[in-house]
Amino acid sequence: MSEGTADDVLLEARGLTKMFGSFTAVENVDFAVQRGELFGFLGPNGAGKSSTMRMIGAVSPATSGTLRVFGLDPAADGPRIRARLGVVPQEDQLDQELTVQENLWVYGRYFGLSRAQVKERTAGLLEFAQLSERAKDRVEPLSGGMKRRLTIARSLISSPELLLLDEPTTGLDPQARHLLWDRLFRLKRQGVTIILTTHYMDEAEQLCDRLVVMDHGRIVAEGSPRSLIEQYSTREVLELRFDAHDHAEYAGKLAGIGERVEVLPDRLLVYTEDGDAAAAAVHSRGLAPLSSLVRRSTLEDVFLHLTGRTLVD
Amino acid sequence: MSQQTDVFAGRGAHGVRPPLSTAERIGSVVWYQVVVYKRTWRGTIISRFVSPLFFLLSMGIGLGSLVDARSGGVGGVPYLQYLVPAIVAVQAMWVSIGESTYAVLGNLMWDRMYQTMLGTPLRVRDVLAGHISAVVGHIAMASVIFVAVAAAFGGFSSWGAVWCVPVAVLTGLAFTVPVFAFTATQESDSGFNILFRLVVTPLMLFSGTFFPVESLPVWLQPIAWVTPLWHGVEASRAVALGTVDPPWLALHLSVLVAFVVVGWVLAVRLFTRRLVK
Repeated sequence: MSEGTADDVLLEARGLTKMFGSFTAVENVDFAVQRGELFGFLGPNGAGKSSTMRMIGAVSPATSGTLRVFGLDPAADGPRIRARLGVVPQEDQLDQELTVQENLWVYGRYFGLSRAQVKERTAGLLEFAQLSERAKDRVEPLSGGMKRRLTIARSLISSPELLLLDEPTTGLDPQARHLLWDRLFRLKRQGVTIILTTHYMDEAEQLCDRLVVMDHGRIVAEGSPRSLIEQYSTREVLELRFDAHDHAEYAGKLAGIGERVEVLPDRLLVYTEDGDAAAAAVHSRGLAPLSSLVRRSTLEDVFLHLTGRTLVD
Repeated sequence: MSQQTDVFAGRGAHGVRPPLSTAERIGSVVWYQVVVYKRTWRGTIISRFVSPLFFLLSMGIGLGSLVDARSGGVGGVPYLQYLVPAIVAVQAMWVSIGESTYAVLGNLMWDRMYQTMLGTPLRVRDVLAGHISAVVGHIAMASVIFVAVAAAFGGFSSWGAVWCVPVAVLTGLAFTVPVFAFTATQESDSGFNILFRLVVTPLMLFSGTFFPVESLPVWLQPIAWVTPLWHGVEASRAVALGTVDPPWLALHLSVLVAFVVVGWVLAVRLFTRRLVK
């Protein structure tokens, strides 16, 4: 491998597959991540995102295919790869009985940092995670958002080149999520390559430079949030809610309005370049929806189009 | 201001570090256990120091005065001095099993600390060796304190007592390592009850702790021979009383080492199966 590629491509997977017994969690996926990118795996629960992350993190051996992280093979060089990674697992896995700072100290030692180095870095990391005031408190009573930020701070103690975050904001309230997003942006500005999984389309849309959409262990689409929306959806979406038990019966009445119509249990989505014009057309047919809303297309629409299902159910 | 904080300050200094030595890997896991113990040591005082002391007082001194008055001790040795080296070995078993069950299952299932460690450069055998080393520390500490207290009560007749500590550590390891392997197969703590009732208690009663195994029915005696505790008790007693018969001592120690070696192979295999999926 030449110097140039080793430098630019941090991570490369070809035909990567993970099986648990006869169950295929990840099936023949290809992807590559460049240095400095914020790369996402978007998909519903059970899509194979976490299994993929664990293979990248060199903690779960691939069943078949090739995977190179920093140009190294996780099967042969797990410890060398992990020495350069920061990992934020789906569950925080903190020692609840220890203090905030003790959790960082202990973790830094696993990377061979001296006690002095660990203590020196802890102050800056806790400041970054807005936990300085809680440094000497036990972890157990902290809020979910604080524990998440602590886990991120912990993952940074070894100055990783690549940060892996598995569902970083699941279970957090909106305020805690936004604070966490802000911290991730700062890390990206400092040149850290970040890979995250999420089943929140707004998270993927806000954070990711590039992402792959996963479903049933396979990659169904790849690109930037904007290019995915352009490719798989229309500019605008008209959401209609009718006073009906089954919205499917209204779908036929909308024929010819917009490019296509998706039926959800509680509403209809009309995909169109001009939402207001579509809404006017609906009213001109004498249909009276309970509510009608025009919005921009999102990754949720991309996922719906690709799989026929919504992301969060 | 947090805006100015560069969490990657000094990245060049330790960006790609040289691989850790085995000692550093194991040491980092031991250090974690030391930090944990600093928080939890109070809870271990009773089980670790008070219980063996009670045994010493009730069996050694209470029962001992009866035994000594009736028969002049066991084979000419005052009962207290017969019993104390055995209690050192039994205590090593207690401490080992106490530290290799709930704490290990907790790190596996509840706080998932082993998984956390395996996300770092550590390997399964580093995590295991580190935790087991910490248990060795527990055993050594408990043994040293008990030997000192028992000596003050006249439980030893010679400086050979000092050798009880390394023998206790080896005896404890002969339990710790296989029990780590056992714990790796458990999905809940209910299996530990079986371990305590079917292994720990019978072993304490029938391994020559309180009386020579020769006093047992003949058909029960071979059971003692294949359990680590009997070998630990015999070795501990021999070094404390100065009655070492080298081939026998070598045999006892070899059996204990065999338990450690076989336990280690099993533990590495079972932990890998459990943690690396």
